[in-house]
Amino acid sequence: MTRKIRVLLAKPGLDGHDRGIKVIAAAFRDAGMEVIYSGLRQTPQMIVDAAIQEDVDAIGISILSGAHMTLFPAILEEMKNRKVNDIILFGGGIIPDEDKEELEKMGVAKIFTPGAPTEEAIEFLRQAVEKKKSDEKIM
Amino acid sequence: MTTLEKFYQGDIRALSRIISFIENRTSGYRDLLGRLYEKAGRALRIGLTGPPGGGKSTLVNGLIHEYLKISQKVGVIAVDPTSPFTGGALLGDRVRMNEFPAGGEVYFRSMATRGASGGLASATGNVAVAMDAFGFDVILIETVGVGQVELDIIDTCDVVVVVIVPESGDAVQTMKAGLMEIADIFVVNKADRPGAEKLAINLKQTIQTKKKKDGDWNIPIIQTVAINKKNVDLLFDKINEYIAFIKDNSIFFAHRRQQIRKKILNILSNRFRIEFISGLEGKVDFDQIIDDILKGKTNPYKVSEEMYQQFKKIS
Ligand SMILES: Nc1nc2c(ncn2[C@@H]2O[C@H](COP(=O)(O)OP(=O)(O)OP(=O)(O)O)[C@@H](O)[C@H]2O)c(=O)[nH]1
Ligand SMILES: [Mg+2]
Repeated sequence: MTRKIRVLLAKPGLDGHDRGIKVIAAAFRDAGMEVIYSGLRQTPQMIVDAAIQEDVDAIGISILSGAHMTLFPAILEEMKNRKVNDIILFGGGIIPDEDKEELEKMGVAKIFTPGAPTEEAIEFLRQAVEKKKSDEKIM
Repeated sequence: MTTLEKFYQGDIRALSRIISFIENRTSGYRDLLGRLYEKAGRALRIGLTGPPGGGKSTLVNGLIHEYLKISQKVGVIAVDPTSPFTGGALLGDRVRMNEFPAGGEVYFRSMATRGASGGLASATGNVAVAMDAFGFDVILIETVGVGQVELDIIDTCDVVVVVIVPESGDAVQTMKAGLMEIADIFVVNKADRPGAEKLAINLKQTIQTKKKKDGDWNIPIIQTVAINKKNVDLLFDKINEYIAFIKDNSIFFAHRRQQIRKKILNILSNRFRIEFISGLEGKVDFDQIIDDILKGKTNPYKVSEEMYQQFKKIS
């Protein structure tokens, strides 16, 4: 029996830089996780669809465009509508402290700012997945 | 409500959970698979294989749209390699997918090989069973694409499409990679690049020299430009033509019967292996045996034979 952490990494919105998110993807993979990378310009619906289909433990979002105060809430809203709030949503990007606080209040599990070492994100993810509880009965 | 009950009601997330359950071999997964197996068998399984970066995922995206046009529900399994060093994997085939309708007509699942080496993960066939039981009409399966013999696909699919590109070499190299034997349909993708025409002709000659009986399937070679969907409709037609052909010639069910037989033998040999190996636990002093082998007093064959005879006596 194997239990692997599965994480979806995606970039919503219009900015076309994917170097940062690819570095994170490689770091997560090297930490033994299965990383699903779904690419640029993902709509909240595409992101949540992918997360459900891939049965990920967490969704990681990178936003550099400044649109974080609209995109994160839109993803949270979509997650609520599809009843998948138990999936951990985290993110990174150029995000001011006060916005970070507000987003974390709304339900984003964690926001990483650009200087944060990838080890920090890996450790966060491991602990957050560990803490998840489920009373699921398969059959 | 149990996840399986939700699955039967068409809940996509329940399908996803069940796939993970199968993939992780969570205890009880065999019973679950057994139940799903009895509900499966209706879906067509189409495999795409070929060297890395040849355009398999882009073609899958194109094919999905062809199936949607005729109102078929499509499940996709895309396999990428697990790193043997870290156990992690980067699954990137989704990047090539366009936005699909939200109604559950398309379901895409990425899988890591998790140690298997035949081009698929060992659970890929079982995941296809789950998708089949869920009600997908077609299941497209993309292999890891190492460009070497990826035979698992034959045991999992009804049709094998081999995708090569001008950069992947000539017909001889295609043959060496063992792709000649497994192709039901050849695609020369990236036909917008120089060398595609030449490769297609070269390939055609090689196929023709392999002598065939009258009435055998003529392996078609289709030149596509997957990024513009050029000739993807042609590929789609050829796939349908091939399926009609194998159904008419009762090859289709003969092949499926063969697959089921292999499946049973596989389950059994896994069972026996596990039982036998765990039966040795605590009963065999491997260090002592290895010492004796190193000293030349015995050998691995003799030792194994003795263990086997012992096992037969107990069971
Ligand atoms: N010029 C050209 N490029 C193409 C064509 N089809 C795909 N590509 C490009 O080739 C690259 C690889 O395409 P994929 O569809 O990811 O190939 P793949 O075989 O799935 O790759 P792996 O899954 O990594 O083995 C992408 O950059 C595509 O845009 C084509 O017909 N012509
Ligand atoms: Mg691919």
